[in-house]
Amino acid sequence: MIKLTVNGAARSFDGDPDMPLLWYLRDELGLTGTKFGCGVSLCGACTIHLGGAATRACITPVSAAAGQEVVTIEGLSPDGNHPVQVAWREQNVAQCGFCQCGQIMQAAALLKDTPKPTDEDIDTTMSGNICRCGTYPRIRTAIHQAAGQTAPATKGERL
Amino acid sequence: MIHDAKLSAELAAGTKPTLDNVSRRGILGGAGALVLALSLRPARADETQTKEQKEQKFGADGMPHGWRDDPKVFVAIAPDGTVTVTNHRSDMGQGIRTSVAFTVADELEADWSKVKVVQAWGDETRFGNQDTDGSRSTRHFFQHFRHAGAAARLMLIQAAAKQWGVPVTEVTAVNHTLTHAKSGRTLGYGAVAQAAAELPVPTDVKLKDPKDFRYIGTGKIGLIDNVDITTGKAIYGLDTKLDGMLYAVVARPAVYGGTVKSFDDSEAKKVPGVVKIFKIDATPIPTEFMPLGGVAVVAKNTWAALKARDALKITWDDGPNAGYDTDAFRKELEAAARKPGKVVRTQGDVDGALAKAKTKVQAEYFVPHLAQAPMEPPAAVARVKDGFCEAWACVQGPQAANDRLMKALKLPDDKVKVNVTLLGGGFGRKSKPDYVVEAALCSQAVGGAPVKLAWTREDDLHHGFYHTISVEHLEAGLDEKGMPVAWLHRSVAPTIGSIFAPDPKHELPFELGMGLVNTPLNIPNMRLENPEAAAHVRVGWFRSVSNIPHAFAIQSFVSELAHAAGREPKEYLLDLIGPDRKISPTEIGDVWNYGEDPKRYPIETGRLRGVIEAAAKGAGWGREMPKGSGLGVAGHYSFVTYTAVAAEVEVDDKGQVKVKAIDIAVDCGPQVNPERIRSQMEGAVVMGMGLALTSEITFKQGRAVQNNFDGYEVLRIDAAPKVVRVHLVPSGNWDGPLGGVGEPGVPPVAPAIANAIFAATGRRVRQLPIRDQLSA
Repeated sequence: MIKLTVNGAARSFDGDPDMPLLWYLRDELGLTGTKFGCGVSLCGACTIHLGGAATRACITPVSAAAGQEVVTIEGLSPDGNHPVQVAWREQNVAQCGFCQCGQIMQAAALLKDTPKPTDEDIDTTMSGNICRCGTYPRIRTAIHQAAGQTAPATKGERL
Repeated sequence: MIHDAKLSAELAAGTKPTLDNVSRRGILGGAGALVLALSLRPARADETQTKEQKEQKFGADGMPHGWRDDPKVFVAIAPDGTVTVTNHRSDMGQGIRTSVAFTVADELEADWSKVKVVQAWGDETRFGNQDTDGSRSTRHFFQHFRHAGAAARLMLIQAAAKQWGVPVTEVTAVNHTLTHAKSGRTLGYGAVAQAAAELPVPTDVKLKDPKDFRYIGTGKIGLIDNVDITTGKAIYGLDTKLDGMLYAVVARPAVYGGTVKSFDDSEAKKVPGVVKIFKIDATPIPTEFMPLGGVAVVAKNTWAALKARDALKITWDDGPNAGYDTDAFRKELEAAARKPGKVVRTQGDVDGALAKAKTKVQAEYFVPHLAQAPMEPPAAVARVKDGFCEAWACVQGPQAANDRLMKALKLPDDKVKVNVTLLGGGFGRKSKPDYVVEAALCSQAVGGAPVKLAWTREDDLHHGFYHTISVEHLEAGLDEKGMPVAWLHRSVAPTIGSIFAPDPKHELPFELGMGLVNTPLNIPNMRLENPEAAAHVRVGWFRSVSNIPHAFAIQSFVSELAHAAGREPKEYLLDLIGPDRKISPTEIGDVWNYGEDPKRYPIETGRLRGVIEAAAKGAGWGREMPKGSGLGVAGHYSFVTYTAVAAEVEVDDKGQVKVKAIDIAVDCGPQVNPERIRSQMEGAVVMGMGLALTSEITFKQGRAVQNNFDGYEVLRIDAAPKVVRVHLVPSGNWDGPLGGVGEPGVPPVAPAIANAIFAATGRRVRQLPIRDQLSA
């Protein structure tokens, strides 16, 4: 029996300990905000916080989360108003939105470690998160905004 | 999304719901919800049409099921004033749920905070055409939705006037409030919704003066799904949850046309949680949108299904495409491109002019197979029980899914229902609903439990509907001034038609009409040919489709000609486009014209020139560039929209290409949602850069070589330019023809980058992806 905490709630799991956290969260707990995109830690759609660190749920077995705190997009903020979520909405970052939960979780972890990231910091940390719609320019802008250092988009361009 | 257990029980009993009961139960939550009865009138097409053109249908009317001229379907107002707009187009990131809702709301003079959007299920008889592809949603339905909102507003005004006993002209409807100024009386929309619904439908509906638009054209409306998306509540195809749901994956033939000879599931069955393993029969070539076949595993969770699939021992018959090798096939395409082929457009005497030309230039361009690779791989939930199939799926064409379910399950139309979730990207892949059929077959095989079927990324890259593979062969003859007097273009590519008909060999009019036959260059002698090519994979739509290879070749070749002529490339391109004029698509052999009326939608060279100038200006065209850096420009007409890109690149000593800035200009006619036009252009830049720089699917022994995002490299944030400037070029007024937005941004990106690389290094890239070609 594996015991862990998910979004503040105590959970136990007696299934296959090798099951990736991704499928445990999605199929067993119904927390579908954590997305499947590649299954092998190449796209970041499944990014969660494990023990406070951004982690790819698709390659992390449930057993590796034993005794630890897991936070998913559903638990990032009690009211959905984490500064990163707010910035994402204000910049209308999303297109299809599928990768954005993973992007937001990665960005939230980045800001925790690096409160005032440069573009290079952002590129380095966020390069594991693919957005096929191509929202990268807005992701950079939104992270800067969430960090309180936004250079607002000017008319006719979006830097 | 409607995930209502009671409703679903009715569906299982064979009742196809009407919007009314869906609205009451699933959306508006009360018995008093009203549906306004409105008559909608589409915008009048150009009155100067010929008789023949009047008989031919264009725009939405030219699509299967056109537009359903019945407002009950699209607008509802509840007693509390809540306005519910039904959107019948799939949202895959283009923001159509938002645009449709605010378009109705604006003409209705609704308070945006009281507007909801619900997603239509797949039923084109009820809703009109739902094929969400071809950059058509706003183009085809904006005016229709305006009329819906305007008619509803007039009926509310009439109902209020009647209640107050005052002339209609004395009542105004502004921001959800009806006012009789003389008496100072006001009413909310909900208060008269019932009375309004009982009025006769007005025949003379006046649209708002565009200067009074509250939402349309402002770009100030945030995405209607923003909160759900950023909090993980948004439901995609992979996210539907139903009681008792099982999970499935399928092992499919690695080669197109392959079949299962035999399989041993003894080890697979031992995986805890496995419920059922069974064979899905292969659809013979051409497979159309039906499943490839294989062996399905249904289990209690996705992980168990995946583990069991890995444990299957399957013996395959690879079939006729087992030898497909893209390196060898490219040589076949090149050989075909060097010989005369089917002429698809000709004017003047190309051979004579070539023979007499002072200078001759020849080049060939190559674009490989690509995979759409939406971040959400294909996924669907289906339940087939008691003779009824209900599915929840991320599909671009829910009616197409509905029809394939009917075919696969041998059920009549009223026993099938396809609910549309959000799409985690589409890019053309999700126009083909093979995965929905697979989900239904799995549910059927387990006796009716709902089944969620997932494709892994490997499944997506190995068993896709790929962008074609192509060689473009161009020859030109230049006169003394360096201007082309002859132009020969042979375009060779397996056709999308090959998934519908056996071995059609030639591209279809819609493929040729994507930037080949409608090349708007002012050259006296032109001949365009389409030599034969066979298909060995499922070829499908990929965002922008055939415009990608055509624009890459033509816009690169023009730059090559400029160099041969010793001319500045942008000015040369503008000279080649020639003076401002309106070209009839029909007269240059484009019988398709994106399904639009050629009179209303001629090719306007001035608009093409305009976007090229705007992109170049944005990039600071003509400025001095440091060594190893260069600017390149390309323009293209697609989806009845004009786009151009100016790229700034830097190539280092090792031949590594860095795109530093992109200026993209677009003229799509009236700008309904400038905010989403910008985001689509930004995204198109990123997707265009990915296919220009790194993305490629290759085949060996009939099998796709790339497995995941390590082999199939798409653009990541660290390669995205720091500067992406979108220039929205205004054109015409609100009555003018609308252009597409989702796709037109992609085609000019790759040639602009190739032209910039030439400016930076003097080296010409003629094949995609560029990768490390400049390192050699």
